Amino acid sequence: MTPVIFVPRDAAAIAVGANRVAEAIAAELSARGIEAELVRNGSRGLHWLEPLVEVRFCDRRVAYGPVKPSDVPGLFEAGFLEGGAHPLLHGETEEMPFLKAQTRLTFARCGVTDPLSLDDYRLHGGLNGLETAVAMQPADIVQHVTDSGLRGRGGAGFPTGIKWKTVLNAPGVRKYIVCNADEGDSGTFADRMIMEGDPFVLIEGMAIAGIATGAAKGFIYTRSEYPHAIETMQAAIETARKTGILGPSVLGSAHAFDMEVRVGAGAYVCGEETSLLNSLEGKRGVVRAKPPLPALEGLFGCPTVVNNVLSLASVPVILDKGADFYRDFGTGRSRGTMPIQLAGNIRHGGLYETAFGITLGELVNDIGGGTLSGRPVKAVQVGGPLGAYFPPELFDTPFDYEAFAAQDGLIGHAGVVVFDDTADMLRQARFAMEFCAVESCGKCTPCRIGAVRGVEVVDRIADGDKPEEQIDLLKDLCNTMKLGSLCALGGFTPYPVMSALTHFPQDFTPKPNTLKPLAEAAE
Amino acid sequence: MELQVPEADVANRTAAIADGHLNVEGPLLPILHDVQKEFGCVPEAALRVIADKLNLSRAEVHGVMSFYHDFRQEPAGRHVLKICRAEACQSVGGEVLAEGVRKALGIGWHETTPDGRITLEPVYCLGLCSCAPAAMFDGELHGRLDDAALSGIVMEAGR
Ligand SMILES: Cc1cc2nc3c(=O)[nH]c(=O)nc-3n(C[C@H](O)[C@H](O)[C@H](O)COP(=O)(O)O)c2cc1C
Ligand code: SF4
Repeated sequence: MTPVIFVPRDAAAIAVGANRVAEAIAAELSARGIEAELVRNGSRGLHWLEPLVEVRFCDRRVAYGPVKPSDVPGLFEAGFLEGGAHPLLHGETEEMPFLKAQTRLTFARCGVTDPLSLDDYRLHGGLNGLETAVAMQPADIVQHVTDSGLRGRGGAGFPTGIKWKTVLNAPGVRKYIVCNADEGDSGTFADRMIMEGDPFVLIEGMAIAGIATGAAKGFIYTRSEYPHAIETMQAAIETARKTGILGPSVLGSAHAFDMEVRVGAGAYVCGEETSLLNSLEGKRGVVRAKPPLPALEGLFGCPTVVNNVLSLASVPVILDKGADFYRDFGTGRSRGTMPIQLAGNIRHGGLYETAFGITLGELVNDIGGGTLSGRPVKAVQVGGPLGAYFPPELFDTPFDYEAFAAQDGLIGHAGVVVFDDTADMLRQARFAMEFCAVESCGKCTPCRIGAVRGVEVVDRIADGDKPEEQIDLLKDLCNTMKLGSLCALGGFTPYPVMSALTHFPQDFTPKPNTLKPLAEAAE
Repeated sequence: MELQVPEADVANRTAAIADGHLNVEGPLLPILHDVQKEFGCVPEAALRVIADKLNLSRAEVHGVMSFYHDFRQEPAGRHVLKICRAEACQSVGGEVLAEGVRKALGIGWHETTPDGRITLEPVYCLGLCSCAPAAMFDGELHGRLDDAALSGIVMEAGR
């Protein structure tokens, strides 16, 4: 059997040289006259080892990484096509501790298969969920998803089944499934990894959502910053059409479903579902007041499911293995697994899917290996730019929607960004305000004006201009933004600001010499 | 990238792009993206044509275009460097790194070097947060950057 070499096509792997490694391997193969298959897989999620090159031979699959193009001749010399010993060898991929300890349900195939091979997809359990769904009544599919306990992975944690039920029961002949793939939070990349590493699972999840709610059309709204994800998704949709997964008769059933990819244009707020719908309609991405709920009056005024990539990509396994199977993972009201993204100043950064309930400290220290710089951890921001900063004193907080809320934080899209002790939390608070000012849709005053004032107030604290008064003002401002903003951009920006202030008051002292390059970003 | 396209040409080519999208739902963003791909920006003359084709006012089209950070009214330089300024990159020194190139190029964010060679844009997350600091140069991604790597990328780029 010819060996198979896997070099990831994931954007993170490409950003650290995977394409050059693949070229070097191809050149070496032809120079040596060796026959082997080269597959561009998704990423396994061990990003500190990217480019992680795997070799499959006989029944084994071993990993080498991080591989540089200049390592390639040496790997051939070491006989890496038969798993030969080499300083970069990590042994059997599945036995690597970072992977072995995970529970991969949503990411079961990511990094394992060829993302664009439908045969590979089927071979690894793909389409089982959709095949089950086409034989079910829509209401039963919805009940299944409700029973699984799946909550929206985009941030708000709203039960997916309940949302679907509203759309199913909404009158209307035209309904839509909109996949929110706008993933704008810093520290998150799981949506991107699914689109690049297992695009068919998203197509399958959206098709199931369509059948369950009576929608025949889907849109994936993603970001212009994700060119590789766009390309892979489009190629997979094309294949799905040709093979009857999408089209007038989904898998030969009476259900029609088709979809297309739409690309945003660099506006963070377009991740908010109503702003996203406006953007899809070709309008300014201004947030809409709710009600009406998008489930009742969404895209073009029609009943619309808006779900995050991870929510939709978790549906196939629920239909395949059953609601109980999925619900048995997790804790409290947070059921199933969460693909957690370890990022920033962390030694072992990447994707870690596990059942809810793991503590923040386990994630950062045990799995993540602490900081990349080797310095002490100072703070961890969870849930993107609108998420709170946690100090190590709160590392016993379990990863669970309610537990994080109880600590004035949120898990959001499960991005975990680690900062070492060189971080200045006043600057981070300032950035949160600045980001809100840059990205505000402008609809409400507390957000549009408040964020600009917030930057000024933080600057005055740094300048030592009546700092105590300014700190009171900052608290007041946060309160106004929290209570007076229409959406979570203005409403949640106080989370990073107030958590920084609460947990790191020592940083909110005059520092006349601070450099302020961040100031110049505000447009 | 073309800097000078006759207005009639802009109008014709924009009309062709718009026609290609008329049967899609919500065609405006796809049209703006394609127009920008064609001309490197969304020229004034294109706005009028798009407005006509979609039965909107010119002001409405302008309003949409100006809402989104991606759309430009003037073409960018011959190369575009987008540096991530978001939290994950900040945590590993992204800010200092960005300051370094900014000084070396002698320009601010959203500006182009006087010779028209490089435009510098901030970006809030490229999704490479586990391989930070990150940047995109002419559409190519770069992770785990340091001063040497970033200035290498910038300096090696042709005129
Ligand atoms: C400013 C802002 C940005 C958001 N960005 C995203 C995003 O990038 N992706 C996402 O899925 N949800 C995002 N959301 C949440 C969405 O509004 C919405 O709750 C979500 O798409 C619903 O899907 P889910 O139920 O599957 O989570 C954002 C919300 C706000 C207020
Ligand atoms: S809070 Fe900000 S982003 Fe949200 S609707 Fe109001 S102005 Fe727009």
